[in-house]
Amino acid sequence: MNDPAMIQVRYKLQRDDFALDVDVGLPMQGITGVFGASGAGKTTLLRCIAGLESAAESRLIVAGDAWEDSNSGVSRSVQARNVGYVFQEPRLFDHLTVRSNIEYGRKRREQNGTASFDRVIDLLGLESLLSRSPAELSGGEAQRVAIARALLCAPRFVLMDEPLASLDQARRDEILPFLDRLHAESSIPIVYVSHNIEEVCRLCDHLIVIEGGRVVANGELQDVLVRTDVAAVGGDHAGSVIEGTVAGHDDNDDLTELKFSGGTLWVPGETVAIGAPLRLRIRAADVSLCRARPDDTTILNVLPAVIDSIEPAAGPSTLIRLVIGDERIVARVTRRSIRELDLKAGDDLFAQIKSVAVRSCRESDAEVLADRI
Amino acid sequence: MDSLFSPLWLSIQLATITTVLLLAIATPIAWWLAQSESRWKPLIQTIVAMPIVLPPTVMGFYLLILLGPAGALGSWWVDLTGSALTFSFAGLVIASCIYSLPFAVQPLSVAFESLGRTKLEAAWTLGASRTDAFFTVAVPLSLRGYLGAVVLSFAHTLGEFGVVLMVGGNIPGETRVVSIAIYDQVESLNYAAAHQLSALLLIVAFGALLAMFFVNRRWRR
Repeated sequence: MNDPAMIQVRYKLQRDDFALDVDVGLPMQGITGVFGASGAGKTTLLRCIAGLESAAESRLIVAGDAWEDSNSGVSRSVQARNVGYVFQEPRLFDHLTVRSNIEYGRKRREQNGTASFDRVIDLLGLESLLSRSPAELSGGEAQRVAIARALLCAPRFVLMDEPLASLDQARRDEILPFLDRLHAESSIPIVYVSHNIEEVCRLCDHLIVIEGGRVVANGELQDVLVRTDVAAVGGDHAGSVIEGTVAGHDDNDDLTELKFSGGTLWVPGETVAIGAPLRLRIRAADVSLCRARPDDTTILNVLPAVIDSIEPAAGPSTLIRLVIGDERIVARVTRRSIRELDLKAGDDLFAQIKSVAVRSCRESDAEVLADRI
Repeated sequence: MDSLFSPLWLSIQLATITTVLLLAIATPIAWWLAQSESRWKPLIQTIVAMPIVLPPTVMGFYLLILLGPAGALGSWWVDLTGSALTFSFAGLVIASCIYSLPFAVQPLSVAFESLGRTKLEAAWTLGASRTDAFFTVAVPLSLRGYLGAVVLSFAHTLGEFGVVLMVGGNIPGETRVVSIAIYDQVESLNYAAAHQLSALLLIVAFGALLAMFFVNRRWRR
């Protein structure tokens, strides 16, 4: 309960149209995704943690320090909580320059030297924007400034509330590489709220799923994604994430070879150095199963797999969890196929993976790009 | 010439002091009105807005009683300073502050309302106390509201007549402001002098409003 590496969060509150009842531990490292549909209570939870919202029952223990406890009456003010908060909209101060915006929190909090100004500016590519006014920034640039501002207010951790939700796809694609870099290079823990599974798969290490104000799953990203019994991660967007190492590039076919514990995967050519870690997302709908290894298929990636479990379901199709090496992936298969092939847990078979999506380079891309073969 | 324009100078002094005091008084009221969800809010809004609809003579009459040597405020003032508030410059300042209050509160509360809580929340999470966030975020982002409050309170105080006549009378150099002086000149059929003062006031009022709308447009971006 007083684990130094955890943020213990307990909030219970009732609003007119919705209730939140959460008791969960968040790791104080890496990026923790808080995933769920709109209206599930993600934003309210984040606002409670930041001290912007009050709850009937509350307990917030950050690395052993009680920040809030409704039983003993402890409640630190927003100002005294030392968390960075990135809102859905940038909320920059229009009367100040970009530099003054970023320095606003820095000047008001005692710095412990974890994040230096120059490093954050460099990480988020803000050097050329510092003297501008917020009105002169694009939506994506403004959100990058807001992220820098939050990182530089000496936070114990940073809360991000769907920072990309108000941006169009092009702007998101512009910011995501910066978040990748942040993930790889920054030691500040981040709690990242999102209803976009692809963002979560790309950025997070740990995942909490919220449904109707309650936590329905909590664990390592890979473990939660293969929870076929959790509706939020098991719907049309069901998929899994595996991590491997780049083993080589085939420049003729523009493919990259990735090694992981279950074998080798060929993925579309990536500008990543050999030996670099790479994260892949495999959608359940892109995985099919066969009893015998097919030798006349167009699909490049066919791997031996063992059925771990088959989720009972009423619809036309259901999810099967497979073990490949040390990794688990999920496949969406029709119930008819399961019956006709007589599939059951423990069966050995072959998984065909049609395509992989969402790659995340988790090393400094500058170096990696230079090493491109 | 000197005596012709001395009421104008007095008016400008009165309007300036009133405007400065009103900014200090109206800011917390407007802030409260913009943030509060109290059930007493309509009552406070009504009280603040009363001077807009009340005949100046009614306002002036009650102020005369309040500020008079027998009134609550007036007797306290006499105890404190030895002189009466009525028919004095200090009395005029108090009366003007009450009379022009809605003209300062209104633009400010509109500005604070449109600012909302979002930017303030951002400032709080960055470690700014509520007071700090108010002065470093809310005020600078509400400058248009402050401009409106300054121009309207100044112009409105400059032009007040009924309340001044009731509370201040017509004492040269003390309470004889420009609007009273114009009335006097007309009464004594001295139209030329009335013209000079009136035209001057017209130009000042027109210029102030024009400047406000111009600046507003530039700030809107």
